[in-house]
Amino acid sequence: MQIPYTVEPRPDTGLYNAKLGVWLFLASEVMLFGALFSALILLRTGATSWPHGYEVLNVPLATINTMVLITSSVSMVMSWAALRLGDFGKYRKWMGLTFLLGLIFMVIKTIEYAAKFEHHLYPSHDNFMATYFTLTGLHGLHVLGGMIVIAYLLGPGSKMWMTEPERYTNRVEVIGLYWHFVDLVWIFLFPTLYLL
Amino acid sequence: MSGHSVEEIRRETRVYILVFVALAVLTLVTVGVSYLHLSFGAAVGLALFIASIKGSLVAAFFMHLISERRLVYAVLILTMIFFVALILLPLGGYHDRLG
Amino acid sequence: MSASEEQAVGAQDHAAEHHELPFWQRYIFSQDHKVIGLQYAFTALCFLLFGFCLMLIMRWQLAFPGRPVPIIGGLLGSANAPGGIMLPEFYNQLGAMHGTIMVFLAVVPLLVGAYGNYLVPLQIGAPDMAFPKLNMASYWCYLPGGLIMLASFFVPGGAANSGWTSYPPLSNIATSGQTWWLVGMIFLITSSLLGSVNFIVTIFQLRAEGLDFMRLPMFVWSQLVTSFLLLLAFPPLEAAGILQLMDRVAGTSFFMPSGLVVSGEVLEVAGGGNPLLWQHLFWFLAHPEVYVLILPAMGIVAEIIANNTRKPLWGYRPMVYSAVFLGFMSFIVWAHHMFLTGMGTAISSFFQTTTMIISVPSVVILSALLISLWGGSIRFNTPMLFALAFLPMFGIGGLTGLPLGLAPSDIHLHDTYYVIGHFHYVVAPGTIFAIFAGIYYWFPKITGRQMSERLGKLHFWPSLIFMNGIFMPMFVQGLAGVSRRLYDGGAQYSHAQGVLHWNAFMSMSAFGLLVAQIPFIINLFVSIRWGVKVGSNPWDATTLEWVAAPSPPVAHGNFPELPVVTRGPYEYSPPESDESFLPQNAVA
Repeated sequence: MQIPYTVEPRPDTGLYNAKLGVWLFLASEVMLFGALFSALILLRTGATSWPHGYEVLNVPLATINTMVLITSSVSMVMSWAALRLGDFGKYRKWMGLTFLLGLIFMVIKTIEYAAKFEHHLYPSHDNFMATYFTLTGLHGLHVLGGMIVIAYLLGPGSKMWMTEPERYTNRVEVIGLYWHFVDLVWIFLFPTLYLL
Repeated sequence: MSGHSVEEIRRETRVYILVFVALAVLTLVTVGVSYLHLSFGAAVGLALFIASIKGSLVAAFFMHLISERRLVYAVLILTMIFFVALILLPLGGYHDRLG
Repeated sequence: MSASEEQAVGAQDHAAEHHELPFWQRYIFSQDHKVIGLQYAFTALCFLLFGFCLMLIMRWQLAFPGRPVPIIGGLLGSANAPGGIMLPEFYNQLGAMHGTIMVFLAVVPLLVGAYGNYLVPLQIGAPDMAFPKLNMASYWCYLPGGLIMLASFFVPGGAANSGWTSYPPLSNIATSGQTWWLVGMIFLITSSLLGSVNFIVTIFQLRAEGLDFMRLPMFVWSQLVTSFLLLLAFPPLEAAGILQLMDRVAGTSFFMPSGLVVSGEVLEVAGGGNPLLWQHLFWFLAHPEVYVLILPAMGIVAEIIANNTRKPLWGYRPMVYSAVFLGFMSFIVWAHHMFLTGMGTAISSFFQTTTMIISVPSVVILSALLISLWGGSIRFNTPMLFALAFLPMFGIGGLTGLPLGLAPSDIHLHDTYYVIGHFHYVVAPGTIFAIFAGIYYWFPKITGRQMSERLGKLHFWPSLIFMNGIFMPMFVQGLAGVSRRLYDGGAQYSHAQGVLHWNAFMSMSAFGLLVAQIPFIINLFVSIRWGVKVGSNPWDATTLEWVAAPSPPVAHGNFPELPVVTRGPYEYSPPESDESFLPQNAVA
């Protein structure tokens, strides 16, 4: 027996299963990052000394990374829009660009980390470096996870477009929601870690 | 949402571009402000204010929360209440302590 | 999902032909919620027994400190118990792992993983969970998490030994077992997260036609609230786990205060951390977790009481509202576990107030269940006996919690055996009795056979007596001020001498409780094979799992055809009808 509402929305909730699922997952992610932000605030409030982010971290590089991530969010929505218009070729270009931007973000992040390690700044250095590495590291893992799903949707997962185009479009919407959330987390991480 | 007409989707993509421009400008503003070295309180307030605008733009348009179903709003409002409790109550415990 | 779809298509194409999956897909990597539920049930029952055995070893030590552990003493290893005499370090491991295993590996997986998985889709008339693959993944995160916990007994220094709460800085400097604990917890949290998303989506999206929210059985309501608690309360513990992992592995100081001296040496860490941060994040989960432990148990008891009193639940709506309110409030009471951390009066007043408020919905639910008994023609079968025993046991557990929720009395009682008595009354004779009630009640659903009533009663009465024999004296010891974490049960403290004799009594009761489980274990296995065969609805119940599906239900799909719901969940002895009960899908 088929599970209902995998593609079409249920009339009373107006949602298909995966969309409600991803929003619930994002709600739990809000609490995960919320706890980490809470930790950051509590540690900083109680600290005798806490450096300004811009004294220790590379602001220009992080600004570029912010732009990269914002651009990837736009390319993500554009890919979804293209798919809704039935233009699979255009979708592939936009989605491919999203993947590429995710990759650029990770490369810049790696350069940033490497520079810190070169100056012997490790997580154990002080609680500022500890929060910096933990929060950006966890965020980076989320970017990586998103990239894996995007790669799957562009690669083996794209066969679904031929058989169940609506369900495939839904999948793109769902990964899009996740991707924008990861962008949103960065929008808060960037000023709290780098600019304050 | 996939039932929307071609014109509507085209209009949405124009909105996406506008949002992108706004996000890029706000990023530059927040970086620029940080070079002014305002007092810590003002800097935190301003940075979080700008970040909140940016976050709202992403949530409202890219995640199309501006026209979403009631159930999603309900879940998110519930989450936000607990999020605020999680941020504020430990901080309250820190500021109101004995000794 | 594609696999189940293929089957759906297959089933439509050749309706008569039964589509057989290979063994490993049917029983090991199954995506059928019923099989996954049974996997959870079996694994969690094993962990329940294991966690119980850990406690028995501890109880031997408490009753007879310094005497070699009988029978298994030689198996504990010379690093833990040379000559069978337990070392204090090993006692600490047992304590930490008993709590962890019972809460995270036994009771919650039983209530949510086993009962929730098996029953929710059946009670709401759904063919399966909304995401069968996630459901499978949830079990396959749970099992490795459990195995990591077990494996940690064999690493140098043994398993985690900082209590189930793992308070830093102690846990930060503990032996490597603590790292295993953290990794195991991350697996369990992931499992729980996958499960809770799945439950919420299933309940919102897959309810049968006509099954609106005020027609949901109490059990489904309790699972819905529980899932929200797990979804939103677990991530902060995951965050805390990541931070503690960083502290232990990467040398950070999230929870390490400056200038910490251990064994006369200043630790070489950056310092500046906040140990209370862990307590906040831990209890942000662990207090809602308490309601995760009790809400589904209340749901099970409500089902059984309605069925065996043969009348509708008294106050169904207030019970639903109470469960929802309880869930909401459980997020903002957590710091009542932290009155002794030097909280100021303002913030502690806040938490005392919310704690007193949260007792109200619990009392509403308990009272409604109690009043439901009034005027019913009660059938005293085994499930009903366990369900009835739940009421006073949970009542004792709940009421003894009030002095702990108020700072002035908590200062005296904090970390004494009183606390242990309090929460064990809630979870052991409370929740675990509800679990037993559920096993006896839904066994015919799963197997098509009934468990033996005689053995069931032989299980119930001694269990009830021994449970109280274990936990009631704890209040006495706790009020005398005996600390909960003493390796010798308080033998070296003068203030404990007057209540020390209770230790042997409690330990004997614990061994008695073990013996009392033998009829249950025999009953369970014998009845699978030789139990009396019964029809699909042996209890004359009204909810969908009994009235719309055969027992056992159809693999992959549950129902011959999806039911349509026409009425509420508990229409027993309806005045407008000659029937003794009206099924939820009865034609109006």
